[in-house]
Amino acid sequence: MDNLLSITTFIPTIAALILVVFLRGEDEAAQRNAKWVALIATSLTFVVSLFILAGFDPSDTGFQFVEERNWLLGLKYKMGVDGISVLFVLLTTFIMPLTIAASWNVTTRVKEYMIAFLVLETLMLGVFMALDLVLFYLFFEAGLIPMFLIIGIWGGKERIYASFKFFLYTFLGSVLMLVAMVAMFADAGTTDIPTLMNHQFGSESFSLLGIQIVGGAQTLMFIAFFASFAVKMPMWPVHTWLPDAHVQAPTAGSVVLAAILLKMGGYGFLRFSLPMFPIGSEVMTPLVLWMSAIAIVYTSLVALAQEDMKKLIAYSSVAHMGYVTMGIFAANQQGIDGAIFQMISHGFISGALFLCVGVIYDRMHTREIDAYGGLVNRMPAYALIFMLFTMANVGLPGTSGFVGEFLTLMGIFQVNTWVAMVATSGVILSAAYALWLYRRVVMGDLIKESLKSITDMSKRERAIFAPLVVMTILLGVYPALVTDIIGPSVEALITNYDTALADGHAASQTAAVSH
Amino acid sequence: MIQADLNIILPEIVLSVYAMAALLFTVYTGKDRMAGLLVWLTAALFVAMALFIGATGNNTRVAFDGMFVDDGFARFAKVTILLSAAAVLVMGQEYMARRKILRFEYPLLICLSVVGMMVMVSAGDLMALYMGLELQSLALYVVASLRRDSAKSTEAGLKYFVLGALSSGLLLYGASLTYGYAGTTLFSGIIEAAEGRAPLGLLFGIVFVISGLAFKVSAVPFHMWTPDVYEGSPTPITAFFATAPKMAAMGLFARVVHDAYGGVVGDWQQVIAVLSVLSMFLGAVAAIGQTDIKRLMAYSSIAHMGFALMGLAAGTAFGVQAMLIYMAIYVTMNVGTFAFILSMERDGQPVTDIGSLNMYSKAHPGRALAMLVLLFSLAGVPPLLGFFGKFYVLRAAYDGGLAWLAVAGVIASVIGAFYYLRIVFFMYFGEEQEELETARSPILWSLLMVSAVVMLVGIINMFGVESIAEAAAATLVN
Repeated sequence: MDNLLSITTFIPTIAALILVVFLRGEDEAAQRNAKWVALIATSLTFVVSLFILAGFDPSDTGFQFVEERNWLLGLKYKMGVDGISVLFVLLTTFIMPLTIAASWNVTTRVKEYMIAFLVLETLMLGVFMALDLVLFYLFFEAGLIPMFLIIGIWGGKERIYASFKFFLYTFLGSVLMLVAMVAMFADAGTTDIPTLMNHQFGSESFSLLGIQIVGGAQTLMFIAFFASFAVKMPMWPVHTWLPDAHVQAPTAGSVVLAAILLKMGGYGFLRFSLPMFPIGSEVMTPLVLWMSAIAIVYTSLVALAQEDMKKLIAYSSVAHMGYVTMGIFAANQQGIDGAIFQMISHGFISGALFLCVGVIYDRMHTREIDAYGGLVNRMPAYALIFMLFTMANVGLPGTSGFVGEFLTLMGIFQVNTWVAMVATSGVILSAAYALWLYRRVVMGDLIKESLKSITDMSKRERAIFAPLVVMTILLGVYPALVTDIIGPSVEALITNYDTALADGHAASQTAAVSH
Repeated sequence: MIQADLNIILPEIVLSVYAMAALLFTVYTGKDRMAGLLVWLTAALFVAMALFIGATGNNTRVAFDGMFVDDGFARFAKVTILLSAAAVLVMGQEYMARRKILRFEYPLLICLSVVGMMVMVSAGDLMALYMGLELQSLALYVVASLRRDSAKSTEAGLKYFVLGALSSGLLLYGASLTYGYAGTTLFSGIIEAAEGRAPLGLLFGIVFVISGLAFKVSAVPFHMWTPDVYEGSPTPITAFFATAPKMAAMGLFARVVHDAYGGVVGDWQQVIAVLSVLSMFLGAVAAIGQTDIKRLMAYSSIAHMGFALMGLAAGTAFGVQAMLIYMAIYVTMNVGTFAFILSMERDGQPVTDIGSLNMYSKAHPGRALAMLVLLFSLAGVPPLLGFFGKFYVLRAAYDGGLAWLAVAGVIASVIGAFYYLRIVFFMYFGEEQEELETARSPILWSLLMVSAVVMLVGIINMFGVESIAEAAAATLVN
């Protein structure tokens, strides 16, 4: 199986093509067929991706399952996974069948809906597997198209505004990255990611338009990549597109956005920023750390004030992504391990929380917190599942949310105590908004007339949540499942980073002496 | 000797003779009844000539003591021009026939203007350049006002003519300055005279020539005519304006700056970079407010010319290659887009209002999807071919030391993405209203589909155009 990665990536596209070419009509049978084709294709992708995990050797820190073909302009079609990316691939293939199943009630333009999600899956998988700069950019950017359509066609009332904001915001962020990629291509003569990781980009300070650029070209490239990844993450203060996009997107769109698309930014930092621009990263680290700390506290406070459930969870996502950036730029084993763990676990938890909102939205067609209350009386199973994920979101020990938060805080404490202190207060705030949300929606007496006839979760809904519940608890009690896979690769990343920094400092010192 | 020369310009001779013979023949026989047949005949001849030129070896041949150059670059441009002209002719035929403006002069004028374009891209001398340019332009002035009883169409033709004459004047003035200071009109002589440090008069000449050419590619600040002419002309003519003449003018642009002024790259590089950045931004910003899709496409073409000029501004062989690839992709996208615009109608009347596309995707999912692909490709969003065009010119600009231009370009492309998204918004997100009919023409349908599929499949290997463009650029820049 030389092409395992390509096969995994393109199964959904093939299914989408089948839908485009062969499926006709808008009647119920056609809709059902579209749903089943999508569900089977995404499940098949998941099964195939398990072979990747089975054949993956965690002790090897290089890229595995590598495929390489020549492409245009000296670019290469090159795919591969290492310890950092393999779990994101699995996360994507795991979440997608669930989102398709969660969309079973969609009735408008089902065929197009399924096509959009299938294409989106291919593009997301491609992001995590691409080992060529431009190939990465291709997948990274192309994901905007289906997501734009998903929000714009199947979204809520303000969907037009949200979809345009989403598209243009993220597009602006990433075109600067494209220029930086062109610059890297010109400097290193290749777009091969493993080669670029070992390439030393210039780090001598120079002045541009009268501003002294410490760290030189590396800092500029770092900023260009940062512009893209920070928007995608999203980091404070460029997070404002996320609440809009989340609120307006259909449930499945929100799940994909929170569970997978947000992880691309973090993955990008680990794949590009740290290994390729170590000096630039070091220069910018304090800024990134403080931005993360502010994000954690500020967005948690904003979350407290929300009246829309989805918006609240969206802000909580921004806060949790703050832990991720903080962990990554702590640049030590606990920090980065924790950041990756946090991303994986947030994929399950936030995805599940959006599904929880979707369950009651499907019944009541409102996301106003005030419209609910006392759901526990009629929906005990729902109350239980919602509680589990609320607790996991808070970071209760025993759930996967705890491990990620704890590791990143431990990592950052060794680097910057002040940031750690500010960030830790976010843990309390997250408990405040999450528990308060839970109390207002689920607890209390059922007094609202409209809720009197609400029904508990159906078998299908329970089946969707089951795998998420299992993963959240499993990773909470046995985190080694993840850390064993990512550990060696992270260690190699940190070693290279430290070596590059030491070399850089030595070089700048000799330069200073010779002057 | 003369026989060898004539041999080299054989395709041009065939087309000219055909045009004149057909003109005589139809005047004395069926007149407009023959027009449909003539359209197909002309298009077939274009395709045949494209095949003939494409099959010519890859050597460089010079005719008439250097006035006419037949090299890889010229052949690349000619094949693109001929094929796009053939496609546009064929797709406009039904539209014009139904509105009773399909006159027999139309295909023949197009044929003559194509001959002009072929001379332009092969020009090795300022005289040949001007001859080609005028032959092309005169034919275009006439077709722009083909709908004689429409005020808008005649206005478009007149505007185009007056401003076109002005730009020809600028170009001639520049040419005469160049001649005065270089002592020759041959490109090969000018490049020798300009070797090292060009005299001031020659620099003035360059600036005027570039201004004249910038008018033809509708680069800002010489773009004023474009939206009016695009809007006023009958749609098939607009489609033609947006494709073949743009390729020809860019080809001529590249040839003049490299063949004639190749020794003083640093001097014209800045001028073109400024034209490029202005075009990209004006094209992107001004298109936002448009409600007429033809005007919108006019601004879109201005922005695209800005990107193509970015490749040229690099002043390198790679830059020319990037420009050629960009233009080939641009022409393909525009053929598809105009095939769609031509099919837009309501109650048999053509509509060009963007708002009429409301919820188009509901009634015609297939065509809407194809159009979606083209629009994202025009916006330069990966993974479509339009992105690769942008990537090439960005790379060329960066390598040519114009990093600021590359940054400006990507920012302009984000602004520009907005108005393409707006069309998608109407097609997919809008409110339902009176349905837009689209003509069920198999030709338009297949051109739209082919163009969309090219945008998708082309990313695999670009159908080998990359290496051809590379060889073509190498013959021009050395």
